[in-house]
Amino acid sequence: SPQVVWSMLGNRQFCSYKMTTKTQNFCRNEYNLTGLCNRSSCPLANSQYATVREEKGRCYLYMKTIERAAFPRRLWERVLLSKNYEKALEEIDENLIYWPRFIRHKCKQRFTKITQYLIRIRKLTLKRQRKLVPLRRKIERRENRREEKALIAAQLDNAIEKELLERLKQDTYGDIYNFPIHAFDKALQQQDAESESESDAEREEDDDDEDVDKREFVEAEDSELSDFEDMDKLETSSEEEQEEEEEVEKKASHSKSKGKTPLKGPARRKRPYIEIEYEEETEPSTKTKAA
Amino acid sequence: PTFSVSEIKNKQRRHFMFLRWKQQQRKEKLALKKKRRKEREALGDKAPPKAVPKTIENQRVYDETTVDPNDEEVAFDEATDEFAPYFNRQTVPKILITTSDRPRGRTVRFCEQLATVIPNSHVYYRRGLALKRIIPQCIARDFTDLIVINEDRKIPNGLVLSHLPDGPTAHFRMSSVRLRKEIKRKGKEPTEHVPEVILNNFTTRLGHSIGRMLAALFPHDPQFIGRQVATFHNQRDYIFFRFHRYIFKSEKKVGIQELGPRFTLKLRSLQKGTFDSKFGEYEWIHKRREMDTSRRKFHL
Repeated sequence: SPQVVWSMLGNRQFCSYKMTTKTQNFCRNEYNLTGLCNRSSCPLANSQYATVREEKGRCYLYMKTIERAAFPRRLWERVLLSKNYEKALEEIDENLIYWPRFIRHKCKQRFTKITQYLIRIRKLTLKRQRKLVPLRRKIERRENRREEKALIAAQLDNAIEKELLERLKQDTYGDIYNFPIHAFDKALQQQDAESESESDAEREEDDDDEDVDKREFVEAEDSELSDFEDMDKLETSSEEEQEEEEEVEKKASHSKSKGKTPLKGPARRKRPYIEIEYEEETEPSTKTKAA
Repeated sequence: PTFSVSEIKNKQRRHFMFLRWKQQQRKEKLALKKKRRKEREALGDKAPPKAVPKTIENQRVYDETTVDPNDEEVAFDEATDEFAPYFNRQTVPKILITTSDRPRGRTVRFCEQLATVIPNSHVYYRRGLALKRIIPQCIARDFTDLIVINEDRKIPNGLVLSHLPDGPTAHFRMSSVRLRKEIKRKGKEPTEHVPEVILNNFTTRLGHSIGRMLAALFPHDPQFIGRQVATFHNQRDYIFFRFHRYIFKSEKKVGIQELGPRFTLKLRSLQKGTFDSKFGEYEWIHKRREMDTSRRKFHL
């Protein structure tokens, strides 16, 4: 009889479906209506019991009566509920007519909850699902290590510098930078007029970015052409304030021809301001070359 | 009649013997080197050329899809593929950068920095929109490329680059992302000038198409006044991205200063159409079991 069952399982002895926590007892039985371990909601301790369960999106009403208590196979009777919410509620009512109020109420509550979560599932599957791809530790470690080694093998700075110098050689920059090649230079040095202006230009470039060596002498000797190119360099370098120091290679090779001696810094800086007067004529043409 | 070092049971003695053995090996090696050097000098001019050390790049398994610069078939393909309009200067790149859902601070900042590096790019937040639905909108608004930065545990770790009007989609794994403030340098931020692009080491057909894809992000005419250069360097299937400012100190010397974010990419898959994970036609997927078997085999 149910009372005996309850007094054994519920309170004193062991029930395998019972799960205790600090505040509550839960029942893990799949036919349990509320999920708690109570006298009124234990499917084992009640000979007349009903539940609502869903399978593959359809809800069924399960009922157990005393008459079938001896036949475990036929114990639970299953009724398919309609998909329509109100109709299903009516079906529950008509199937559980004359049953205790508690069971009827709880069945309807459970059915409501189930339909709600089914709706949510259907909505979520339409949205984007986030697929979780597990990382594999060994593979991650291997790839990181290989990446480090590839980085070392790549020698990025050198590669970039080489590529930039290549591009400079192949004249992709056009006339922005006036670095004639060494051989060309030396060839020019033999010719008088051109060589002077060229070397002036180079020296000016080095001068621009250096804070150290200035030549007072240069100012007097400068031709107009070199001034304009100077302006060009100044424009480009002034756009970004860089603190790099420039090398004096060109100067070393050509200073001998002009016999310049390094002088103080501020003396040179005056030069740009003086030259502004000359710039107007060829300024636009140099700018268009750069573009 | 020495016993092998490993048979000594006493650990201290065994360790001692092992050290002694090691020293001996080193001495022998040094002696051998010296001898070889002497022989080399003795021969003088007649000495055989120095042996080139074997590197992974030297020993790389020859890939049959390596692009030959004079290959006509490749040239023809490239003239007719999806990037042809870009390379013929018919389209100006316009990039949309976005992230996965709910990006965290690092990813957001990275997106912003990326937007300063790539000219004509816009950052938009995802807010739960499906990619398949944004793509037609992007096409309608004339975007040429879509970049989605995927995030995991607050750091960006994936990049999906999709060329929009029906172009290929590449999915990369992104690693070692460094934001601007983490890079040790003294320069300022990148200006608005269009940078130059350097693509290094993209040798195979696959590498070539990826290289074109990356190049198509940048407008075609770099402004040399800006002196900025964006580099995609491929080494052993890892693509390193760097953004520098250069200055020519003389004709043989150039100084570079790193600005802008840096990251490395590893290609995971290349899809023919725009982003479609289920029905897309994959041109190339990285299959670990098959492709990672040899240390000297690379695909890009």
